[in-house]
Amino acid sequence: MMFVPGNNPGMMADAHIYGPDSIMLDLEDSVTMAEKDAARLLVHNALKSIDYGDTEMVVRINPLNTPYGRKDVEAVVKAGVDVIRMPKTETADEVRELEAEIIKVEEELGCVGRTQIMAAIESALGIVNAYEIATASKRMMGIALGAEDYTANLKTPRTLEGSELLLARETIVVAARAAGIACFDTVYSNLDDMETFRKEVELIKNLGFDGKSIINPRQIQVVNEVFAPKQKDIDKALRIIAAIKEARAKGSGVIAVNGKMVDRPVVLRAERVVALAIASGILNEEELS
Amino acid sequence: MRNTKVVTLEEAIRRSGLKDGMTISFHHHFRGGDKVVNMVVAKLAEMGFKDLKLAASSLSDVHAPLIEHIKNGVITGISTSGLRGELANEISHGLMDEPVVFRSHGGRGSAIANGELHIDVAFLGASSCDELGNASGCPRSENAKSICGSLGYALPDAKYADHVVVLTDDLVEYPNVPKSISACDVESVVVVDSVGDSSKISSGAIRDSKNPRDILLAQQAAKVIINSGYFEDGFSIQTGTGGASLAAVKYIRESMIEKGIKASFALGGITAHMVKLHEEGLIGRLIDVQSFDKVAAESIASDQLHQEVSAIEYASADNPGSAVHALDIVILSALEVDVNFNVNVLVGSDGIIRGAVGGHPDTAEDSALSIIVCPLLRGRIPCVVPKVTTLITPGAGVDVVVTEYGIAVNPRRPEIAERLKAAGLKVVDIHDLAAKATSVIGVPDPLPFGDKVVGIVMDRHGKVLDKIYNIVD
Repeated sequence: MMFVPGNNPGMMADAHIYGPDSIMLDLEDSVTMAEKDAARLLVHNALKSIDYGDTEMVVRINPLNTPYGRKDVEAVVKAGVDVIRMPKTETADEVRELEAEIIKVEEELGCVGRTQIMAAIESALGIVNAYEIATASKRMMGIALGAEDYTANLKTPRTLEGSELLLARETIVVAARAAGIACFDTVYSNLDDMETFRKEVELIKNLGFDGKSIINPRQIQVVNEVFAPKQKDIDKALRIIAAIKEARAKGSGVIAVNGKMVDRPVVLRAERVVALAIASGILNEEELS
Repeated sequence: MRNTKVVTLEEAIRRSGLKDGMTISFHHHFRGGDKVVNMVVAKLAEMGFKDLKLAASSLSDVHAPLIEHIKNGVITGISTSGLRGELANEISHGLMDEPVVFRSHGGRGSAIANGELHIDVAFLGASSCDELGNASGCPRSENAKSICGSLGYALPDAKYADHVVVLTDDLVEYPNVPKSISACDVESVVVVDSVGDSSKISSGAIRDSKNPRDILLAQQAAKVIINSGYFEDGFSIQTGTGGASLAAVKYIRESMIEKGIKASFALGGITAHMVKLHEEGLIGRLIDVQSFDKVAAESIASDQLHQEVSAIEYASADNPGSAVHALDIVILSALEVDVNFNVNVLVGSDGIIRGAVGGHPDTAEDSALSIIVCPLLRGRIPCVVPKVTTLITPGAGVDVVVTEYGIAVNPRRPEIAERLKAAGLKVVDIHDLAAKATSVIGVPDPLPFGDKVVGIVMDRHGKVLDKIYNIVD
């Protein structure tokens, strides 16, 4: 998910050419107070007039308790945004409040249920409430960590190895999995240190995150490389799926591939590997079917 | 003995027999740091010359003082490869009565050799020269003040001009060898404080582009090359100096190492990037008509396998010996490409001249594979358009156009399109690219051209290709 400032038309116009899975146009922290209205208008028109193809479009709005939040919701829902990202989410009630705002606009448009919600958790209270937040609405598609505000709230600096974020990251992954939604890790801002960035992406992938927030197209390749499954894992996953299909066709329950028992978790992991391979462009969905 | 050739600039001019109406010539190896053109033309103005025709291999921002000399009637005709800055702006608005003649580097070489462009007196800057006139772009003493490496664009002038004056900021002991310009072609040697500011050629430090669009374009261009069918052991390559072009070299290098492929030679303007690949053993020889940075200039001074060539040896269309005929792959840039693959590298979207023909048409036509790397959109300016503002390189010689929105392959080269598609690259119709640009930006208003011809573009075979009209504000 690539962050793009909502007040930069040049960046908004071609953010999708770099191939991020989703683009988050930002109305919150990257836009100064004086530019809030102009940015809202720009983002509204960008969503309506730019052909982003099949890139998922997310807008980070200002909190609802600011003078801008509700106007942001109205503008981006009317423009047909896929997902609204709510910043600094601390309670489930806040999610429900946003949902009510969205419904108001959707009812006016006659498209109730179209807009999804992602909540960014950026405080200790938000982490404590992570599961309630993740399950606050049927519209919740994911939760994300906002590390800068979170570490400030913890009264600790952000370190390179990220030990101070471990609990928050694990909590978010567990809450998301328990709620059956996606989870996204925070941004890494030092563009000149791709090595640490790669380590961080490897870490969060192993923790179970579905994706990484990024601030520059140059980071996309690293995320894709880390998340893309290796060829031997894909081959193995395809063998497992083929074997289980065959077994089901024959009506047998438990099977073995390469001498190892294949049970449900193994199949689920194999299916995830194949899904990632398709998402990474390594496997072609049509060829598979 | 000797010593008879070293004279003052004024004396050299007097000896040359230069008269009003004659043609004087210059090279542009010091690029933005050139001091020779302004110095010589100022002296000619002071001496009272009028109606001179200035034949430069190229002109740039630094040559704005020519505006006054044009207004005063000292210079009444210009031929060049490029024009930039205030001089270009003024000329685009109709400063001169006689149109500027634009030629490619190869086209200029041919025109000088076949007499179409006759040079009466050539004024050629050199970083070192002995008293008989053996001149080089390489420094040869502790007193050296400048370095420009190859003097490739000056060599046709030295060979064919009626009278040759070398200007140098470092007069060295005879014999100044290896030489670029032979003493046998030189009539006078003038010692000056400075022929050029070498730092304005380019510092030569290799910096990887951090512009994400350049990186994207470079990766796509590299993939095109790798999958084109021409990327095999012994291939030859030329690249430009734009961010995307240089970044492409990085990705090609990685693939060369991975696949164990080596290039036989790199051609053209040579950069530090190419020198690095050569020194790593990935490129056998460097064929250098122009050293684009200090690293390249230093390399040509010390490396036997890094060879200078003249503009004629580099890119002449009618000389079967020129290097472009042996060139496999060239990566080029563009201001505009149109749906017929025609390219404009000279006139901006505002109708103002802001570029150079360079070796673009020469390499595009003669290489086996020419790749134009060009963003679809530069801010609010569309770069793939229905028709180019000015035709510089005819589409017949252009094979592939790489943009951030997809890769277009000239229908004349279906086999390349097939190879790229098979490699999973996004091959699109160039009309769709133009339509995409229009859908984002809209249709620009037509440019307010007047009816005065300010420039004539010659093709590399010596025929008129296009005309540039004055722009009206």
